[in-house]
Amino acid sequence: MGALHFPWLELGISLPLLGAVWTSRRRDPSLARRDGLIVAGLTLACMVGAWIDFEFLGGSGGLGSWGSVSRPWLPAIDKLSAPLPAMGALIYYLTILGTLRAKVGEFSITRTLMSESILLATFTAATPWGLVAMMAVGALPPQFELLRRRRPSRVYLAHMGLFVVLLILGEAGVSRTVSPAEQPIAPMLLLTAATLLRSGVAPVHCWMTDLFEHATFGRALLFVTPMVGAYGVTRLVLPIAPDWILETIALMSLFTAVYAAGMALVQRESRRFFCYLFLSHSSLVLVGIETATPVGLTGSLCLWLSVSLSLTGFGLALRCVESRVGRSLMTEFQGLNEHIPTMGGLFLLSGLASIGFPGTAGFVGLELLVNAAAGATPFVGASIVTVAALNGLAIVRAYFRTFAGPPRSTSIDLRIRPSERVAILIITALILGAGVLPQPGVSDRHQAATQILRARADAENVASSAGTVAPPAESGRRVGFGGSL
Amino acid sequence: MISWIFDALGFGAIGAPVVLLAVFGLASLAPRPLSERAMARWTAGCVWFGLVSLSLIVAIMWGTDRRHVVVEIGDWVSLPDEGFHFHLKFIFDALSISFTVLTFVLSGVVGAFASRYLHREPGYRRFFLYFAVFLLGMVVAALAGTIETLFLGWELVGLSSALLVAFFHERPAPVFNAQRVWSAYRIADAAFMIAALALHRAAGAGDFAILVGSSAWPMGVSPLTSAQALGIGLLLLIAAAGKSALLPFSGWLPRAMEGPTPSSAVFYGALSVHLGTYLLLRVSPILELSTLLCVAVVFIGLASAIFGAIVCRAQTDVKSALAYASLAQVGLITAEIGLGLRYIPLIHMIGHASLRTLQLLRSPSLLQDYHMLENAIGGRLRHEDGLATRWAPAALRRRLYRIGLNRGQLDQTIDRFITRPFIRCFQWCDHMERRWTDALAGRRSRASDQVAPGSFPGEEP
Repeated sequence: MGALHFPWLELGISLPLLGAVWTSRRRDPSLARRDGLIVAGLTLACMVGAWIDFEFLGGSGGLGSWGSVSRPWLPAIDKLSAPLPAMGALIYYLTILGTLRAKVGEFSITRTLMSESILLATFTAATPWGLVAMMAVGALPPQFELLRRRRPSRVYLAHMGLFVVLLILGEAGVSRTVSPAEQPIAPMLLLTAATLLRSGVAPVHCWMTDLFEHATFGRALLFVTPMVGAYGVTRLVLPIAPDWILETIALMSLFTAVYAAGMALVQRESRRFFCYLFLSHSSLVLVGIETATPVGLTGSLCLWLSVSLSLTGFGLALRCVESRVGRSLMTEFQGLNEHIPTMGGLFLLSGLASIGFPGTAGFVGLELLVNAAAGATPFVGASIVTVAALNGLAIVRAYFRTFAGPPRSTSIDLRIRPSERVAILIITALILGAGVLPQPGVSDRHQAATQILRARADAENVASSAGTVAPPAESGRRVGFGGSL
Repeated sequence: MISWIFDALGFGAIGAPVVLLAVFGLASLAPRPLSERAMARWTAGCVWFGLVSLSLIVAIMWGTDRRHVVVEIGDWVSLPDEGFHFHLKFIFDALSISFTVLTFVLSGVVGAFASRYLHREPGYRRFFLYFAVFLLGMVVAALAGTIETLFLGWELVGLSSALLVAFFHERPAPVFNAQRVWSAYRIADAAFMIAALALHRAAGAGDFAILVGSSAWPMGVSPLTSAQALGIGLLLLIAAAGKSALLPFSGWLPRAMEGPTPSSAVFYGALSVHLGTYLLLRVSPILELSTLLCVAVVFIGLASAIFGAIVCRAQTDVKSALAYASLAQVGLITAEIGLGLRYIPLIHMIGHASLRTLQLLRSPSLLQDYHMLENAIGGRLRHEDGLATRWAPAALRRRLYRIGLNRGQLDQTIDRFITRPFIRCFQWCDHMERRWTDALAGRRSRASDQVAPGSFPGEEP
């Protein structure tokens, strides 16, 4: 049956690559933007098609939309990853859509499409080594941009170099056929450290602030908001990590969430503020993943999507502000409400969605996460609530600083452009739609969480069956990751 | 048949503010905004529809001799395998109906007042959008049948309050004050959420029918133990104190008066400020389980009442004086709840909300009327000395006056012992990060340092 499926994934990954080649030949940046937008739109359509194909035709097992387990080089999706390529493609589409013509010269469309292709290949990698390779390659586009813009890149390079080395050494050392308790400790620690570094967990988070300092806002946004680090943790670490490693990750993530929430409140510049805000939220997602309970994991997976979406909207709003008034300080009023009130609305709505405000996409995810965390340890539950409270303060402060104040007098037209309005409407519809009707999304993420936990339980059962490899969850279907997902 | 009618009317009461918010929200995204007249009519129409639905429910309940009606919308989210349900359920009893009727009546009055008061004001549409958020939040919180549903409404009320305090956002002061209000609300929200989680853990559900019994209010009995009631009750008391500006959160109340008068009236004179006491009334069967908890409620209530009474006498502007006068009454209502009374605080709340709305709506023209009166009689109006002036020693009066004038130095104390250490701690962390990235980069690593400040400082002096 698989052979009858349309090759959505292959097409979706190839299109941006071909688009990158095409746009690199364009001399006019405006034409490159237009072509890039078309390619990103088609890619988004392919990835949505792949998701729909998977949900309605592929069943709930680890079925790729094309190919079989005998061809692991072909992309595949399962319950966990099914919405992620679509979300990634959406983030790229909205970012290109929100890029003003005046800024296309700085924000390379060619490099953007290349990194989109890499991201989609990362989310659809069918094997652990495939994922490792894609995560390593994915670190390159920001480095190229920093070099091309002649900006300091040593901080980023040092961290990402270490990440790649740790990732390869760790993956080479772990065994995906033994139970978590039997994993060799050193490679497991290396793999964990690599994924935590990529997730920006304190104290190895400074590459992220440095990237926001020196790369274009759009590039930094595209590199962090899909949360590839969290994907790495879920795919590479969670199925095989002993409990104590999961607990350590949860504690470090929780510390990062609190630390970053506090840091967001004292930042004086908008990009750094956004970076810490994102770091705090993405760490909360990791806390949930490491609870390794169905409710916690479901909450975390829901929060993952909502945080990605809402903070992309928040970041795009901030980027639109930056494209009008330059890099702005959080210590003064920008007075932009008169000029772009709709953008102010999106700024507030997306920010509130990220902290799980009722009626928005993040609410149920946070509820589930806090519920599970409080069940495990009341302290963790209370800490998550505290983080949400601190982030709420930071978001409202940022909203007031950016949009309140005496109206800015200007000789140029600062009003919202049609493409920006479309981007706002899309994000608003998704945030509110997922907030008002959360059940389909939650059920879907619950199924993904159950599969992840079943895979982990299968791996633990390996020990009791004297080293034999656990069979795939559903035979005859395409599986990756040692037959786990 | 009768339950079908209750469901339809219940949906009408809850649906009216939902429709209002949806219309205003969608209109704000459209390129062409709604006219002032259309917004005023939508507001009046939805308020009337909700009020009529509610009145019909009351009439039918009266006719059928029912004191407790439940309208179930069902599971908003559920994971049956994990036992997780987010149940949307609304209850209509003496407490919720009284508070919801009060909400609709006062919101209708203030909406009608605001449509004239804010005529041609640049933020007219913004005001009514936030007002719709507030109305929805109040109705949902008042009718909530589960703790999660109450939290949903609670958060909406908090957000709309903070945004309306910053209504005149061209000036820095309203914005700083809105941030203060929001900060207090976030503390209250966090306490509420932790309490809700603890209730889930202790009772296995967030349904008020289980938490405080299924009998009509105030006859319910809670299944919690005394120790559980004390812990959860204290968290709920913090939440209520934050929302109702009780001590030690009272500092935000006069700051909230920076908003337009109609919002001050409906939020801090009438409805929002009573949401905390409403919460305490709703969970009153939990309070009854712990004497220590009741003592804490009475103590905080009385302390807030005394504080409010002292400070309101030293205020130089009418809205601040009314804010502290409200605090004094809310403190008394809280103390009444702690003393085990149920209907008296409810009646007190309704009476106080109505009176204070009238006073606050009247306040913009009061000064002018005073002047007219004094001009007419040709001299100053006579002031009778109060009891305190006649009986209290001068030294004590001076000391109390100083406390009142400084508003008890509540904000300064919080700044000194909480805000500043917090900010200093993270600024130090930021400094250390800078040193680390500078060392790694081998040069100054922060491009953001070169961003030049503009002319509108955004930090509170």
